[in-house]
Parts: sequence; C-alpha cells; structure tokens
Amino acid sequence: MIALFNHFAFEFKAGLRDSTLLLMNYLFPLVFYALMGLVMVQVNPPFAEALIPAMVIFATMASTLLGLPGPLVESREAGIYRSYKVNGVPALSIVLIPALTTSFHVLIVSTFIALTGKPLFGGALPVNWIAFVLITLLGVFTCTSLGALIGVVAGDSRSVVLLSQLVFLPSMLLGGLMVPLSLLPSSVHPFSLLLPAAHAMQAYTGFAYGQETVVAPLISALVLGISGLLSFGLAIHLFNWDSRNSSRRGHSLMALLVIVPYLIALVVLI
Amino acid sequence: MMKNMAIRVEGLRKVYADVVAVDGATFEVHRGEVFGLLGPNGAGKTTILECLEGLRQPDDGHLDVMGVDPSRNGRKLRNVIGVQLQTSGLPATMRVDEAMAFFCAYHGVAARYDLLDRLGLSEKRSSQFALLSVGQQRRLALALAIAHRPPVLFLDEPTAGLDVASRSELHLLIDELRVAGTTVVLATHDMAEAEKIAARVAILLGGRIVATGTPRELTATGEGYTKVSVRTEQSLLCRDGAHFPAVYRRNVLDDYTVYFSHDPAATVSAILHYLDEREDQLVDLRVERPSLEERFLEITST
Repeated sequence: MIALFNHFAFEFKAGLRDSTLLLMNYLFPLVFYALMGLVMVQVNPPFAEALIPAMVIFATMASTLLGLPGPLVESREAGIYRSYKVNGVPALSIVLIPALTTSFHVLIVSTFIALTGKPLFGGALPVNWIAFVLITLLGVFTCTSLGALIGVVAGDSRSVVLLSQLVFLPSMLLGGLMVPLSLLPSSVHPFSLLLPAAHAMQAYTGFAYGQETVVAPLISALVLGISGLLSFGLAIHLFNWDSRNSSRRGHSLMALLVIVPYLIALVVLI
Repeated sequence: MMKNMAIRVEGLRKVYADVVAVDGATFEVHRGEVFGLLGPNGAGKTTILECLEGLRQPDDGHLDVMGVDPSRNGRKLRNVIGVQLQTSGLPATMRVDEAMAFFCAYHGVAARYDLLDRLGLSEKRSSQFALLSVGQQRRLALALAIAHRPPVLFLDEPTAGLDVASRSELHLLIDELRVAGTTVVLATHDMAEAEKIAARVAILLGGRIVATGTPRELTATGEGYTKVSVRTEQSLLCRDGAHFPAVYRRNVLDDYTVYFSHDPAATVSAILHYLDEREDQLVDLRVERPSLEERFLEITST
C-alpha cells in the first residue's frame, strides 16, 4: 500500500514537474477554454449551451490522449520499465497509476471549468449535476483507458503522436464539441459515433442538460463504459516491459477490438 | 541445488531472430562469490544476465537463482536479486530520494538513505534523475540494487562512466558485500577490474563460454609465459639482440627489453650473467605474469 501511495504521489508530481505534461494537463486546456469562452461564445452565442461539457471533454482528451501515452512510450524506450520490473513494480501499477494521476489532473481542470464556465463566460450550467459528475467520471475513465492503450501499443514516440491525433483531431471536428452533432450532416454521424467524444457529448446533452439527443444517452453511456473497460483490459494484456524485447502476450492489432462497442452501437442505431 | 550454490546455469541458449546470442552456456556461482562474465561486445554477457534477472525468456536450458527459476517465478526472484542494469533508466523528473523511497517501498523495506551517503549522493538527494551525471546515475542504480539487501547482486558494466575514486569506492563496496555473504555476478569489459575483484571468471566468445576459472588459473594456462622486462644503463640488450634460455619472444619498448619466457628463473639468471660479463649496469628488472587482459586477448584472437 505504501508502495502504491509512493508511486501515485510521484506520478502526480511528475504531471506538474514535466513541462510537456503540465502543458497538456493544465495550460493547453485552460488557454483553449479561455479562448473559446471569450471568442466562440461571442461569435456563436448558442455555443454557451455546450461550453462547459465541450471544454471538459476537450480537457479530458488533451490530458489523456495527448499527455498520457507519450511518457508511457518514452519510459519503455528509456528502459525505465526494465528498472521497474527488476525492482518488483507490477505491470498493473505501471499502467494504472499514471492513468489515475492523469484522471486526477483532468478532474481538477474539469472542476475549474464547471465552476467558472457560467460566471466567466455565461456558459449554461447542467440541470442535473449528479449526471454531469457521473458522465465526467465515465468520460475520463474511457479516455484515460484509451490513452493508456495507445501508450502501450505505440511502437515509438513518433507513432504515439500519430495514433493520438487519429482520435483527437476527428473528435474536435466531428465529436460535437464545436458544433452540436444534431447540426452536423447526417452523413457524418456514422464517423462521429466512432468517437468517444461524440458519445460523451450525447450523454451530457441527454442526462446532464435534459435536452434532445441524436443518440439515446443511455446507449452512449454504455458504449463509453464498455469501451473504457475494454481499453483498460487490453492495455494491461498487451503491456510490454521492453521495446527491445518484442515478446508480448498478443499482437498490437488486438487493440482494434476497442472499436467494437462503437461499431455495435452504430449498427443498432442505424 | 547444492547448498553452497547460488546460481546454476545449464545449457542456456538464447536466439534473437537468426542470431545466436548465447549458445549452451553452463556455469555455477557459489554463495558469497564474486563471479565475472568477460567478453567482447556481443559475446552474450548481458543476455545471460538478463535471462538470470527474468528480463528475457531463455530458448533452452535450465536456470536456478537461489532455488528460483527466473523464467517462472518472477515475483519470488525480485526478493532474492538486486540488479544494476547496463542502462539504468529512471523517470527524468524522479528525485534521488524519491527513487530510494519508491523502490524500497516496492521491496517492502525502509528507505536506505544511508546508501546515498555511502555512494556520494548525499548532496544530490533532491536532484532529479535527468540532472545527474552518468556516474551519479550509475551510483544511484547501484544504491537501489542493494537497498533491499539481496543475497544475489547482478552488475552489468558497474564502473562504466565512473571516475577513479568512484571505481575504487565501488570495488570496496563489492568486497564488503562479498564479505557479508552476497553473491555478485558482474559483466564487464574491464579486465583489470575483473582480475582485482572476481574470484572466478568466465570468458565468453560468440555466445559460448570458452574459458572458466580463477584469474590466476586462466593466466597460468595458454602460452604460459612470464614477462621479464630489463632496463640497463647502456641499453646493451636493446641493441645487440642476445638470446637467452627459455625465451620465445623478445620486444623492445622504450628503454626496456621485454622477454617472454617459459622459465623466468633461467632467463633472469642468464641475463644477469650476460650483463655482468659486459659491465652494463642493471637499472630496472621486472618479472610479471601475464595479465588477465593479455590472456583474454590471446583467447579472443584465436
């Protein structure tokens, strides 16, 4: 228990000491939040309705998809996991603890956004705060698990950026963060519904804001939960201690299984 | 496994793609012994250590470390071994004292900050790993490897990047550990180091063990010569190329004439007689057995 606490404390501090992590955990999401609050709400007033959930999802994706995977790959490449292994640090801790500390950073930023969204930028508050908190936790869990999986399967530092951006950029464009899913062309919906951001926005819109959604929010919440569990399980299963030692328990393409819940939801919805 | 045996390696084979890294290595290490694995780059030293440390799965053979099979019981292995890896990676932002607390907690022992003082890291306790010099990083890795007082210690190139004082301190520490009963296996390029601190060594070449024994045993075998180096006032020996009994090779190095002899007593006696007859004064005379390095070069060049 002391070991886990020490590990958690170190990883949490690393999220503040490391300039890249500090940028992804705090500076990038908060600056973007300020810009969206100052500019986007003025340019497009209906955006105020989605400001808080959209910026919470953005902060979640910045930390978990852009911040978390890189250090996992770099640590493997630098032989840090080999040092960990010979000193008895279990694989579960290596994946779980950075995921937990990243979640902690995300929740700090999310709380700030939720509390300041209305007084600073006139953002709409949720009508159901409990649902808002639960969906936030669910979204953080799903994205953190996905980030950990990307960190585990990415072969090197370059491919980790590619894989992260493969989820992050479409989420920004098609996930319903900037433009509600209901306003996007219906031909785009199948692509949107392959993204966790779109399902998180649907769940917020339906459960926390009590508004109409394109997808039943319960289905979105289920997709998020199942894909989060699947991502985390695969991240543990496919974890590799050593980039020079290619023996892992399964092929990295197994990670594509994570898309299955989204595909099933798509088939059910269409 | 016999009671006094700490490590047994039997027919170890490890292949990477089509490269045979270790081919049928067999050796034993006694408890409380310092055992050296010597060999040129790519000889298989690190692979053998990594198999013993549980970092790699052998393709064939049997391994035993204090009664534990490294490839099957990793968790139990962690408590009986300490490891200083060739490349000691720690997170860049981890501080020295955090690293000690972190690893000791995973081993279930109290943090050994005294080791940081002992290894000259007391002033660096608050420094982040990335800001340490290579030598300091190596010393920290060693401190972490011995913090839980393991009965077996694996050191991979332990003095790489260390200055003379740190090397000397490390040799003292290894000797203390040996006296306390710790079994030490070290892989090194440094023959002088192996000769100084290892009770026995194995020389590896192309994944095979080509010689095993004490440094004295190894240097006594092979060509079996003794070096006799002579310097005189008139440098007569350098100039006239006289022949002496039991000498099979002669070199001139600076003002010294070096004879490689199978019978140093006969050679020295004849040299002194020769100089006396020609009234040349002896300035320096050295009789040296070949070093482990010379024996190593002899083995690896054949």
